[in-house]
Amino acid sequence: MSWAGPEDIYLSTSLASYLDKKLLVLLRDGRKLMGTLRSFDQFANAVLEGACERVIVGDLYCDIPLGLYVIRGENVVLIGELDLDKEELPPHMTRVSSTDIKRAQKAEREATDLKGSMRKRMEFLDLD
Amino acid sequence: MLFFSYFKDLVGREVTVELKNDLAIRGTLHSVDQYLNIKLENTRVVDQENYPHMLSVRNCFIRGSVVRYVQLPPEGVDIELLHDATRREARGG
Repeated sequence: MSWAGPEDIYLSTSLASYLDKKLLVLLRDGRKLMGTLRSFDQFANAVLEGACERVIVGDLYCDIPLGLYVIRGENVVLIGELDLDKEELPPHMTRVSSTDIKRAQKAEREATDLKGSMRKRMEFLDLD
Repeated sequence: MLFFSYFKDLVGREVTVELKNDLAIRGTLHSVDQYLNIKLENTRVVDQENYPHMLSVRNCFIRGSVVRYVQLPPEGVDIELLHDATRREARGG
């Protein structure tokens, strides 16, 4: 991702062609940040303006506003250009408040924990 | 540099990139750099239902360090050529 001249940024892997565009940044911990790319370097360190985190639990989602974010490059998995003409999410998904999404997140986490502990208790059965 | 040159020859071809987080993305290879960072165009996620947030992503940049596999078109692999280039590189030329 070298710094390229203005004439070939669209041909190179440089993030320069994504500057000032609305992007989706996928992080290594699975988080999804959205915002406008204002700066970057060769490590894919990036500055997002007006960043928000999109939390998705089942068919519910919520955009939690974060402000200006500097992302350390090593945490970046993927930077996607958002097609503004297309629906961002499938129509069956509903937007909920941040309290609702936090509740849903907690419920999901508890469900997975429960599944894990049940499996642990049944381990003596040698299921697989 | 061998794989960098190799991927450069594949620009414009349809590839599937599988990431370390199991996300698999298919798209046209737009460009690649020395870190094997990859830019894809006209992307679609192989398992769309589980990744609804990727629905409106058409073009994307993938950091080389998170790539597990790149699945290539069969006609894009010339084993003979790659083999020769590997030996040439190993000899330091």
